[in-house]
Formats: sequence, structure tokens, C-alpha cells
Amino acid sequence: MKPLGRDTVEELRTIVGNDGVVTSLEDLIPYGFDGTAALKEEAVCVVFPATTEEVARVVRLAATEKIPVVTRGSGTGLSGGSVPVSGGIVLCLVNLNRILEVDSANLTLLAEPGVITREIEDAAQPHGLFYPPDPGSMKISTIGGNVANNSGGLRGLKYGVTRDYVMGMEVVLSSGEIVWLGSQCVKDVAGYSLKDLFIGSEGTLGIITKVLLKLLPRPESRRTLLASFGSMTDAAQTVSEIISSHIVPCTLEFLDQKTCHCVEDYAQVGLPKNATAVVLMETDGPKVVVEEEADAMAAIAEKNEAISVEKAKDQAHAVRLATARRSAFAALARIRPTTILEDVTVPRSRLVEIVSFVEQTAAKYRLQIATFGHFGDGNVHPTVLTDETDGEEMERVEEALAEIFQKTIELGGTITGEHGVGLAKKKFLPLQFSDASFSLLKQVKKAIDPDALLNPGKIFDAAI
Amino acid sequence: MNNSSNAGISGLKYLADLDYSVLQQCMHCGMCLPSCPTYLETRRERNSPRGRISLMRAVADGELDVSREFGQEMYYCLGCLACSTACPAGVNYAELFENARAEVEYHDVLFSPGRRFWRWITLRQIFAKPWLLHAIGRVLWFYQASGLCWFVRKIGLTKLLPGNLRDLEPSTPVVARQFSDRLIREVEGGESFDFRVGMLTGCVQDLVFPDVNRDTVEVLLENGCQVVTPRNQGCCGSLHAHNGDLFQAREQARRLLDQFDLDKLAAVVSNAAGCGSHLKHFGVLLKDDPLHAKKAIHWDQKIKDISEWLCEIGFRKPEGASPSDDFETVTYHEACHLCHGQGISRQPREILESIPGLKLVELQSATHCCGSAGVYNITQPGQAEKLRKEKVACIEATKADIVATANPGCHLQIQNGMGERITARHPVSLLARAYRSEKKNR
Repeated sequence: MKPLGRDTVEELRTIVGNDGVVTSLEDLIPYGFDGTAALKEEAVCVVFPATTEEVARVVRLAATEKIPVVTRGSGTGLSGGSVPVSGGIVLCLVNLNRILEVDSANLTLLAEPGVITREIEDAAQPHGLFYPPDPGSMKISTIGGNVANNSGGLRGLKYGVTRDYVMGMEVVLSSGEIVWLGSQCVKDVAGYSLKDLFIGSEGTLGIITKVLLKLLPRPESRRTLLASFGSMTDAAQTVSEIISSHIVPCTLEFLDQKTCHCVEDYAQVGLPKNATAVVLMETDGPKVVVEEEADAMAAIAEKNEAISVEKAKDQAHAVRLATARRSAFAALARIRPTTILEDVTVPRSRLVEIVSFVEQTAAKYRLQIATFGHFGDGNVHPTVLTDETDGEEMERVEEALAEIFQKTIELGGTITGEHGVGLAKKKFLPLQFSDASFSLLKQVKKAIDPDALLNPGKIFDAAI
Repeated sequence: MNNSSNAGISGLKYLADLDYSVLQQCMHCGMCLPSCPTYLETRRERNSPRGRISLMRAVADGELDVSREFGQEMYYCLGCLACSTACPAGVNYAELFENARAEVEYHDVLFSPGRRFWRWITLRQIFAKPWLLHAIGRVLWFYQASGLCWFVRKIGLTKLLPGNLRDLEPSTPVVARQFSDRLIREVEGGESFDFRVGMLTGCVQDLVFPDVNRDTVEVLLENGCQVVTPRNQGCCGSLHAHNGDLFQAREQARRLLDQFDLDKLAAVVSNAAGCGSHLKHFGVLLKDDPLHAKKAIHWDQKIKDISEWLCEIGFRKPEGASPSDDFETVTYHEACHLCHGQGISRQPREILESIPGLKLVELQSATHCCGSAGVYNITQPGQAEKLRKEKVACIEATKADIVATANPGCHLQIQNGMGERITARHPVSLLARAYRSEKKNR
């Protein structure tokens, strides 16, 4: 890795100001990783632009000098998408952090990419509006990062994912040109839907500098239930029947047996000792409908041999019930030094199969893997509890994960439901894109970023 | 203060010799970022908990030398431990932070003659020797009470002080006339008691707020405790541990351990959050000490914050009308080392809510640091002042008559920031006041 020339650094400083460029080792080491376990690369320079124009000028400079650019928000990604590229610039957008407009007539919100996801929701609330996507890191993740990774969250079944709320965006292309894609219109079929190409592109096609988001009216009321089951099959049957009786809950989350045990050890939430599956259910909407649906869901759970069903009496009770699911990750993360969080996804009807396959694979490779996740949309989080400094164990982890990915694809699923491919899963992408679609991916990249300037080597190897 | 005594054993590497799993436990998920006051200020990773941990890990791995920049970063951290509460993986940031600062001191990368002098006089002299601390307290009391202080300020002599000290001079705490040992007898409470407890008088608490210590004893007496208060206790060493002097911190810890007969005590009670959060970890601090290691583990189990202890034994709720005639409102600022350092949030509120005539109004961002952070307001006055302003604004928004807080540092910081507009009190003092007024009304 060669350091940037002094001239380049000076030019960057003239674009973003002296404070906007850091190059000391003490400043760079903390930008060597994102939220992904066991991935690290040293940046040579981190740049903090404050306007679209500055972003464009930095990209133009990088294009002239052929220096790769990795865009970054809060660095909470879970696939290594914003890990630096050797010898490259890290373009950190946290200072583009203004909410520019809340339009309550058109139900839209215009924001810069560095705005924290939670602040979008907070800005919508006073207008009686609602931004549904709620990724686990929403307290600190940026909206730009959410769009670039098409982030999901707990409400996927009813409300979809980030893509369903992006109406338009401003993008800086690898040439440094600034373009606007999409519009404030609900109906818009002019040309290819280019904005959709950039959603989930993980910073490999362009740099998003503004996002126009769709908002919804805030649901009037909400009701939470927690049901425990003696088998995952009973839990799955409950979920199937809820959906086939035309109830679409906003939340349908589950914990497997191992997660239940860890949660109980850590948070003592009072889960039944013989529970092997716990499902958190939540319905929202008009008050009358919500009450009816909550009763119906409770009845379905009971019919399917639930060990216990608890319905929240008030807000505080709802929070208590949700604790089991909310503390799942924390409960698991403290057991071993390294926690690898996966996000394979299968069609909803195949969920029980993948959960039990993960269990068998863990036993086969003598590993600790706990699974929790989103029952409603088939997105599961097998969580490997391991130690990255133990080479032998890490090999077993690799093999086990490869088998889990293979099985997922056999079941008609995808290797990543919400975290993205980045570096962590690029090895497995050809498994899923087994036909000509894989070269199609690369052709798209080549057409839009011909010099492989933007986040090269993420999703698939850089071709140039 | 020479380097070898500071390190204990010459050549000891603090971060590299730490159990590596402590460093590795951070999975750099970023959930700590929105809780960190310095990250929120700069939005730079190096000023965040996971950024600092990555620097510590780089030092332990030999990828980064202990540099001046590293040292400055470790001292820019407030040590408020808000990140520990936010951390899903249970990273022991307190241990990392103390060792990182010890590493900085060992390598002496922040050296300046002035800094070395001040560290020597405070850590190794004043706060290492209870008699000296008391003697200085006496002098300061005389200076303040005699009017000399007023006179010096009046004629502008304070202008002769160097810049930093000149700015801090007006917020010098007012020293009490009598310290804890004069207000509290060595053993209080008769022979019929439910619990015998030890009482820690602290150092700043002892000099500036001995009344809080007296109130603590009275509340304990009201709740069936016999209180044993060893004489001349001195500093528990938290000041030393938080400032990279683990050698002296161990010395202070040993001295304190020797003063208490743990077998005869149900608990040892502290009323200062900053001390309590340090006192509960003597086991780790003294793990290699052949004489004290075992007692230190025992000690950790016995240390209780006063509110924690009162709730554990089911304290008696005071009866009767309002202590003052009007209805008073109180808001509660959570000292970092109580809520983040010890996980105690509910108990002080339970105490405040039990007091007749007192209404608790919640404070926005109650768990955010007020900027006091030990000696941070002296070492990093700029950042400390910003945090104090934020805290003051939140307190003003509550329109409360009283702000309750359970740490002398926060108490002074907030009182200095608010002036006459509000009274800062320790929750236990409010409880003691309620018990007293109960007796008066009887």
C-alpha cells in the first residue's frame, strides 16, 4: 500500500478544508473496520466533505489520480461494505447530516445521507407521520448507508424494506457528475428506474448525496404479544395460520432454543424453562382492528399448543415483552469474544427447515450457533459464537457457514436478506448467481463505474 | 514520581499484558457511538469508544506506538462509561480505559514539567496522605471563611494566577468547617441493630460535603443499622486509577482494606458514585497482591452504594407532610458512575419518590455526563463547559426546585453551572431531611 502523495492530500485539503482531511495513524486505525467481525484494512486518508459539491470535487480528483474511494456513514455495516480498500480514500459522509424538508402534503422527507435513521423517524413523528424501516442499528446508522445496503428491520413483513420508501435520490457518479434520479411522484415510469439500481449497490456505483423518502400516516394503535412453544414446528404453524387468516402483523420475531436459554441467563425475562421457540408478535393499525387481530393471534397460538401466551396490557408491559427479543443479540454477543451475525433468508414456508439445519450443522462442526430473527419474512440470523484468534475453530466456522449458505440456496433462499454482500459474502455470491446473471452484475458495474473507482472489490472482485 | 514506581514492575506493558479477550470483546458494532459525548461533539471515530478501543488494541498488538496523540485521545475520553451501558457485548471499558491511561503515563508521552509537578503534588502527596489533605482543607477553609479569599478576589490578585487556574478559581469548592470525623463518631447506633455497616467518608465528600456523610449515617441509623466509620480514611484511589496511576491506586486500596474488618460488617456503604464504581473492583486491581487479593474479592461483594443498600434492606418510607410548607419538585441527574458504572438507576428514584411533599420530575438526558468527570473539568475545561451548558439547559427545562445527584463532582459542577437558580442535594440528604421533619412534627 502506498501513501497518498503530498500533493493529493493538499488538494483534498483545499476542497474540504484542513480539518476535513485526516492522515495520522491514530486517526486512520479507527476507520479500518465497520461493524463486521474479523475484517480490517488500513485507510490512507479519511475525508469529511460537508456538501454535494465537495463530494463531487473529491471524486473528480480521485478519478484523475485513479485512487479508489470507499463511502462510509457511521460504519455499522455487517458485511464489510465500508471497510477501506488498500491505498484508497475513505469518504465519510457524517457531516452531510441535515434534514432538508418534511413535506406533509406529499408525505415525503428529503434528507442528506449522513442523517441518523432514528432522526428521520423523529422528524416524521410531529407531523403524524411514520418512517417504517427500523434496522437494528437505527440509533446510529445513517440513512445513506441504509439506502446503499437496502436495509431491513423488524417490520419487513407488513411494511417492506428501505427500497419501498425511496422515491428519489441525488447521486455523484464516478465521473464526478451530479445526477438526480426518481421523483416526488407516486407514479413515475420515465425510463429505467435508475434509482433502484443504486439502492443496495453498496457504494459500488455512485455516492448518494440526497435521499427523498416516502412516509406513511402513523398507525393509531399497537398491540404486543409474546408466545412460547415447545417446538419450532408449533411456532411455525402458528405463524402460517396467522398469515393464512389474513392478518398481517407488523412484527413476527422468533428466538430458537439456544437463544432463549442465553436470553434467560442474561436478562431473566421469565421465559418458560421448556420453551424451545419464542415468538414476539405485534399488530398495528386502527384501534378496533388491532384488538380483534391481537385476540385472533392469541387464539391461534393457543390452538397450536403454545406453552404460554401473554398479551401486553399497556406500553410498559409491551416493552417488557419485547425485552426477550431486544436483548437477544446482547445476550449472545457476550458469551464468546467473536460474534458473527449472519442473515440468510428463505421463503417463509421453509423457515423451520433452515433453523433445524443450522442446529444440525452447529452440532456437526462442534460450534455454538444460536438463531433468532424475523419469522414473518423468513430472514433468520444464525449467530456464530466463536473466537477469531482460534484458527482451527475459525476453519470449522467457515465450513459450517458454507453449508448453511448452500442449503439456503437449495431452499430457494438468499445468502443475505438485509446485511449486503460486501466483503464477507462475496465468495458465496456466485452460488446464488449461478447463471449469466453474475456477469450481468459485473456488466452493470463496468457500465456505470468503468475505472472501478468506487468501492472496488466489494460484492465481487474488481475486474480491472 | 519516577516511571518504575509508576509501573510497579519495570517494563510492564499495561495493554499488552491485559487478558486479550477484554480487548477482543469489542465487536466494533458501533452501538456505543450515540452514547459517547465526545463522539457526538466531533463525529470522529477516534473520539469514540470503539475507536479508542481499536487504538488500544493496536498498541497491544504492537501496531501503534504509545504516542502523544494516543495519550491526548485517552485523556479526551471522559471515562463516563455511557458506552458500557450501550454495549451489547459487555465490554469492560473501565478496565481498558484505566490501563490505557496507565500506559500513557508509563511512556510519559504527555510530559511537561508543569504536568509532572501537578500530578506529583496531587496524586502522590495531597490525595495520598489523609493528614495532608485535611491540613490543606483547614488552610483553605480559613482562607475562604476569614474573608481573605473575598479580599484577594476584590483587589484582583487572582489575576496573577496562570490562565487555566485563573478560570477555575471562582469555582473552587467551599470547604466545610468540620470534616466527617468531627461529625460522625467511630461507632454510632446502639447494640440492638439489624445490620452492622461500614461507612466510607471519601475525600472530596469529606472536605466539601461532610453533611452528606452525616446524613448518610442518620439515614442508616433510622433503618436499623449500626454504623462503623474508621478514622482518617483518605482517598480510595479512584482518582489515581482514573488518571493512570495504578501503582498508587493499589496503595490506596490496600490502606482502605486494612481499615475495615469485613467479617463483622454486612456491607460497606459509599455515597459517592465515582468512588463506589471504583471500590467495587478492588478484586481486579489487587489480583496479584499476595496479601490482599482474597480480601479484595470479599470487599467487592460488600461495597454498596447507599441507595442500593437502602433499597436492598427495604428502607422505611418517611411519613407525614411536606418537609417545607410548599410542594417541592425535584429532578434527578444520574451520576455516570452510578448509572453506567454501577447500573444503579431505579434506587435513587425510589428514595426520592418515597419522600412526602416531593414530586419527581424526570430530567431529559438524565444519564448524559455533566462534564465533571473526576478532574476532567480541570484538564479539559472547554469540552467540560459544553457538557455543563447542555446539562444546565435540561435542568432549567424541568423548572424543578431541587436537583438531586449522588456524586460530589456532579454536585459541584451543576451547582457552579446553576448558581442560585437551583439547589443541588444528594438524595440521601433529602431522605434525612424528611426523617428529621417527621420527628419535628411528632
